[in-house]
Amino acid sequence: MHEFAQAFRLALELVFNANPDLMEIVGLSLRVSLTAVAVSCLIGFPLGAAAGAWRFPGRGAIAVLMNALMSLPPVVVGLLVYLTFSRAGPFGWLELLYTPTAMIIAQIVLVTPIVAALSRQIIEDLHSEYAEQFRSLCVGPGRAIGALLWDGRFSLLTVALAGFGRAIAEVGAVIIVGGNIDHLTRVMTTAIALETSRGDLALALALGIVLIAIALSVNGAVMALRGTAARFAYA
Amino acid sequence: MLDMAAKPKSVASAGNERDGILPVETRNLVFEAGGKRLIDDVSLTIGAGPITVVMGPNGAGKSLLLRLLHGLIVPTSGEVLWQGKPVSIEIRKRQAMVFQQPVLLRRSVAANIEFVLKSRDGEIAPRRDELLAMGALGHLANSPARKLSGGEQQRLALIRALALDPDVLFLDEPTASLDPASVSAIESLVKEAESRGTKIVFVTHAFGQAKRLADEVIFIDQGRIIEQALAEQFFDNPQSSEAQDYLAGRIVM
Repeated sequence: MHEFAQAFRLALELVFNANPDLMEIVGLSLRVSLTAVAVSCLIGFPLGAAAGAWRFPGRGAIAVLMNALMSLPPVVVGLLVYLTFSRAGPFGWLELLYTPTAMIIAQIVLVTPIVAALSRQIIEDLHSEYAEQFRSLCVGPGRAIGALLWDGRFSLLTVALAGFGRAIAEVGAVIIVGGNIDHLTRVMTTAIALETSRGDLALALALGIVLIAIALSVNGAVMALRGTAARFAYA
Repeated sequence: MLDMAAKPKSVASAGNERDGILPVETRNLVFEAGGKRLIDDVSLTIGAGPITVVMGPNGAGKSLLLRLLHGLIVPTSGEVLWQGKPVSIEIRKRQAMVFQQPVLLRRSVAANIEFVLKSRDGEIAPRRDELLAMGALGHLANSPARKLSGGEQQRLALIRALALDPDVLFLDEPTASLDPASVSAIESLVKEAESRGTKIVFVTHAFGQAKRLADEVIFIDQGRIIEQALAEQFFDNPQSSEAQDYLAGRIVM
């Protein structure tokens, strides 16, 4: 118990003194996950909107596929990306394995289906409300998608935050493709896994505190957004 | 309800028609859904000019007829012809519709109008302000559209439809859930639009409203056109037993 209390005290010290090692790890985590989420949104929003608003053959199958891909296990994504970028793999010549770029790609693969599937549902609901009015106004399909994405922006922001929550907290994919190399590819989750197994509980706990703080702020942001959107009747 | 006299009858106020897309004509129009025939062999012609009111009991097919005319739904058989031609995107762009429940974008009042103006030629800001003033919504320009009262929402939906400067404006029971003041505001906006040359096709089952607005009445029951007549003639001397019963029922209420 004493050991635990000491570790906790050390952890708080690391956090409040902004320990450089800690900050480096937190910084890389944020860079990797924020980049991955940004790219996932660029792909996932239009994809989800098209699947939600347009009628085309295979639309149902795409919805099922998107939902299925939402629950991809991170380690499997890590493995697939690893195989793709390993020496013998199709993109081995890019030499991306064990770089932050590979970690970003793995998280994009992980998060894009989540963003696409959740935004598809949001856009579909909104579209069922707007569809007849849009048809009456002769709004073309491209303009309709743009309007739906814009009018759904508050809900879509919560989708982006959900994707970020998934990315920042996962360990399976980044540890396989990143390798948890100190000062290079070490992020919060991989560092916690390593430091715990090595017995350096203070650093692991400090990282855990930061991670929880980030998770709480993300949730807080989601709730604040919902409140704002409801107040302005935009959601 | 009888105190409201029918509008004095004149054949189309002369000079307010334009070279539009009318007349619209339906030939043997049929619409079926779920194995039921909801619109049953409707052939009618609606010409330019005075306000046409479509009346009939609930479930008669008034809204469906409007949607078929406007091209929102495709008939099971039969056709809708505009000046003898099948509908095209150009013809559809010269029509507008106001729904019973206004569908407003999750944006400000002004942005709702701008959305429509952007799809047409011309300057946006002056026209937007003009429309807002027309709908007495200027002071609410920056409010979220969906925070407006029911009457304000429907006024916005109406001026947004008028932003298209349509040749034909369809209205599907736009005042069904509004208070008398809001009803009156909608009706005067509709009459204003008519005086500027927009053909009005107005669905209602409110007897008083029909009498106030109608120059011509189309009475529909169970998916069939029972009667199409000048308003005065329809209200004073309905020819069909269905219309007689319907009007009798309305007056007693």
